[in-house]
Amino acid sequence: MLAENKSKGFIFMPETAAADTIAVDINISIKVNGKPYSRRVEPRMLLVEFLREACDLTGTHVGCDTSYCGACTVLMNGLAVKSCTMFAVQADGSEITTVEGLEKDGKLHPIQKAFGDSYGLQCGYCTPGLMLSAHQLLSENPEPNEKQIRKAIAGNTCRCTGYMNIFKAIELAARNMRGA
Amino acid sequence: MYPRSFHYHRPSSLDEAVAMLGQLGDGAKVLAGGQSLIPLLKLRFANPEHLVDLNFIPATSFIRKETASLHFGAMTRHAEIERSAAARTIPLLRDCASGIADVQVRNRGTIGGSLAEADPSGDWANALITLDTTVHCLGSSGARSLPLQDFIKDAYTTALAPDELVTEVEVKVPPKGSGGAYVAFKRSAPVYPSASAAVQLTMTGDVCQDAAIALGCVGLTAIRATEAEAALRGKLVSADLNEKDKTIDAAAEAARAAADPQSDMRGSAEYKRQLVVALVKRAIQIAIRRARGEQVEGVHLYA
Repeated sequence: MLAENKSKGFIFMPETAAADTIAVDINISIKVNGKPYSRRVEPRMLLVEFLREACDLTGTHVGCDTSYCGACTVLMNGLAVKSCTMFAVQADGSEITTVEGLEKDGKLHPIQKAFGDSYGLQCGYCTPGLMLSAHQLLSENPEPNEKQIRKAIAGNTCRCTGYMNIFKAIELAARNMRGA
Repeated sequence: MYPRSFHYHRPSSLDEAVAMLGQLGDGAKVLAGGQSLIPLLKLRFANPEHLVDLNFIPATSFIRKETASLHFGAMTRHAEIERSAAARTIPLLRDCASGIADVQVRNRGTIGGSLAEADPSGDWANALITLDTTVHCLGSSGARSLPLQDFIKDAYTTALAPDELVTEVEVKVPPKGSGGAYVAFKRSAPVYPSASAAVQLTMTGDVCQDAAIALGCVGLTAIRATEAEAALRGKLVSADLNEKDKTIDAAAEAARAAADPQSDMRGSAEYKRQLVVALVKRAIQIAIRRARGEQVEGVHLYA
């Protein structure tokens, strides 16, 4: 499937398309924001589509759809993953947290509050993903320095803010969560 | 974007996975971390009829330290290696693990998957080729172990048979007085590096006893820069890293000659050769400092 082209580097040649496979659907159970969802899905269904279409949780966004931008970031068993680069069947039996799961009893999560207070967003498209990446960071490291914050959100692209207010939001959230 | 439809298989043991691959034949692909394969499926560059998912097989993700070696289960995620205290025994491993793509990809991507994919721009093969690395495999004809240099055959090509899997990666702990570094230059976090350099040295005082230097993203596989290694071996290398060191310069120039890059969206061939010189110098300097026992952190470079 790989052709070598001396002048242009590597180019991928699409494989000859086989006749369409009629896949067997699979039963899966995923706990999303504490609530169990059992569905019968096609194996090729992406986790992000499962969340948006089967669970009707549209807070998780599809940005680049190529594993670059991080807009689709959710937590799987507490760890940030790109839900456009996982199949729903792979999340079978796990616990997923989306942006809808951050709020508790009508009260914003300190990370959400800090993004608002620090103007850490403009159009808001990348924000759910950024907040979940920040969530993994702050649950592992309650007092991150600037370099650690940069590294933690390096997989999340924002085209509006220039990132400075996002750093400030995460610093503020860290302070508030420590009770400092 | 949706891949072509495929049948999904979830083996519960490595033996079962191997048997499945044997039965399913050419139309099957193995799904490990999926961070390279799933984008390829979505773009329909790969259209397998069957996917065999290794993610539900227990005991394939582990890091074990023995007296003279480190052992990584094939499904060990980059992030687990990044955090592991055992992997800190060999600083170059942590450099590599902590610099691959971004947090989200490192939480999913696996060391075994990276080696089995043999992407010329992949990080693990280039880093591990400077160490004494063995790839343990399991296939229908049983288990076998290959040195990494025999495992990687060409771009995207390994010694694995179609019904064979990587089970474990074993790395020998380098001798006392050793230090290493893996430095990759990336335009942004989620992308592959434009070029990378791995250096592993064994020093006695300021004399370099042994050297292994490998270059990534500038050839069909990682390239061992043997002339660059020879330029260091047995030589005195400047203890004062602020001073210009002719020996290090000579090694970096030899590395430039060994690189065989192609012009692409990451830069022209000439630009990448120049990058190799800078990366090799930096990696040698960090390796020397680490051989002396200094702690040097986070060495990946972003544009």
